[in-house]
Amino acid sequence: MEATQAPRTVGRLAQWAAASADGPARDGGYFDAYAAVGLLAVVGVLFVTVAFTANRLMRPVVPTPEKLLAYECGVDPVGEGWAQTHIRYYVYAFLYVIFAVDAIYLFPWATVFAAPGYGAGTLVEMFVFIGFLAVGLLYAWKKGVLAWT
Amino acid sequence: MTLLDALLRCVAVLAVFLVFPLVIGQTEHKVMAHMQGRLGPMYAGGFHGWAQLVADGVKFAQKEDVVPAEADRRVFQLAPAVALLPYLVVLIAIPVGPHGLVGQAVDAGLFFVLAVMGVGVLGSLMAGWASANKFSLLGGIRTAAQLMSYELPMLLAAASVAMAAGTLSLSGIVDAFHWWWVPWQVVGGFVFFTAGLAELQRPPFDMPVADSEIIFGAYTEYTGLRFALFLLSEYAGILVLCALTTVLFLGGWHGPFSDGLGWLWTLLKTFALAFVVIWLRVTYPRLREDQLMRFAWTVLIPLSLAQLALTGVVKVVIS
Repeated sequence: MEATQAPRTVGRLAQWAAASADGPARDGGYFDAYAAVGLLAVVGVLFVTVAFTANRLMRPVVPTPEKLLAYECGVDPVGEGWAQTHIRYYVYAFLYVIFAVDAIYLFPWATVFAAPGYGAGTLVEMFVFIGFLAVGLLYAWKKGVLAWT
Repeated sequence: MTLLDALLRCVAVLAVFLVFPLVIGQTEHKVMAHMQGRLGPMYAGGFHGWAQLVADGVKFAQKEDVVPAEADRRVFQLAPAVALLPYLVVLIAIPVGPHGLVGQAVDAGLFFVLAVMGVGVLGSLMAGWASANKFSLLGGIRTAAQLMSYELPMLLAAASVAMAAGTLSLSGIVDAFHWWWVPWQVVGGFVFFTAGLAELQRPPFDMPVADSEIIFGAYTEYTGLRFALFLLSEYAGILVLCALTTVLFLGGWHGPFSDGLGWLWTLLKTFALAFVVIWLRVTYPRLREDQLMRFAWTVLIPLSLAQLALTGVVKVVIS
């Protein structure tokens, strides 16, 4: 199974490479550029694998119970490693999710807002949008969410 | 032939990825040392200790790899790779010079780069969680909190440049650059660079690895090669951040004689920024956790929103 698939994959890669010979992002399909990115990711994974394998061959392995104990602060650990902690800033996480999802909308808008046919009206619309964000931030600030509790 | 071409580009990117962070690291050794009135490494390699990081690498590769018995083994072992690889992938999309001198032009380059950079933090989170160490867990959570607070101003500042250029392609952004963009986008540039520093956990934003409180944060339990990969990812992060700031806010390859020497300008600007990163480390004390959060939400985000407004108004007025 794998033996028959490998050449096909290579063939497809070659096809893509041929298609993207001149202007990778323009002449080929939109996603062709990402094939090179994928190839780089594969190269990266290979690099890490080779590094770890070489490391395995070169290093000594002499485990002792003391060595395998968690280091923590240098003193023998007390209690469980996954201790309960009060995560004080979880409210920031909510804020972040709301704001980041909104911020994503800015990017497609940013590429067209100054184009002919858009202009001032589009800008005002975005100001309304950013205004909502700002009011939300002010509200959170006023509520004391941004202060350390 | 073209597959070969693509492979060559990948190998070139990998080479840059492995060499430039070492150059930055060695510069940090020397610059920090001289700013603090000492010499820094002088022995390895003979000439001013130039081979110190190579020697470190050899040492790391031969060190025993200890995984604590209590740790979540698989996640613990995978974390360094997850922290490292996003920066490698980002490098391919950063344009170095005019006329397509780039690993691979990606149409939505700006968006792609920001999205992939965010993945790196997962590595720190995985390390912090899997170590079964209270301080590592705290460090991991601090990393996550820091990312959440500083990702937003970074996004907004980047969106401001996209508005100015009217494109998300990184090469397109540099193509559209004029010198007066520097004063126009200066606030955005400051926000972007500062937020980037915070995401890399570089001083003064190094609360997640504050040695006086939580040892070395999420990386406390790591040894040998895996520890080295975490260090490499930090310096690769500096490279990526400085290169991105150069491309977005400092005009990338623009400069005198930029037709033939564009790549040189990009490199010069990138390394000048890397010098600033090192300089800041020597200069500023660490911010406390609550100060960190407050700085992001009450200073950087309002600033970046103001920059967005300014960019929008100026752009509509001049077009």
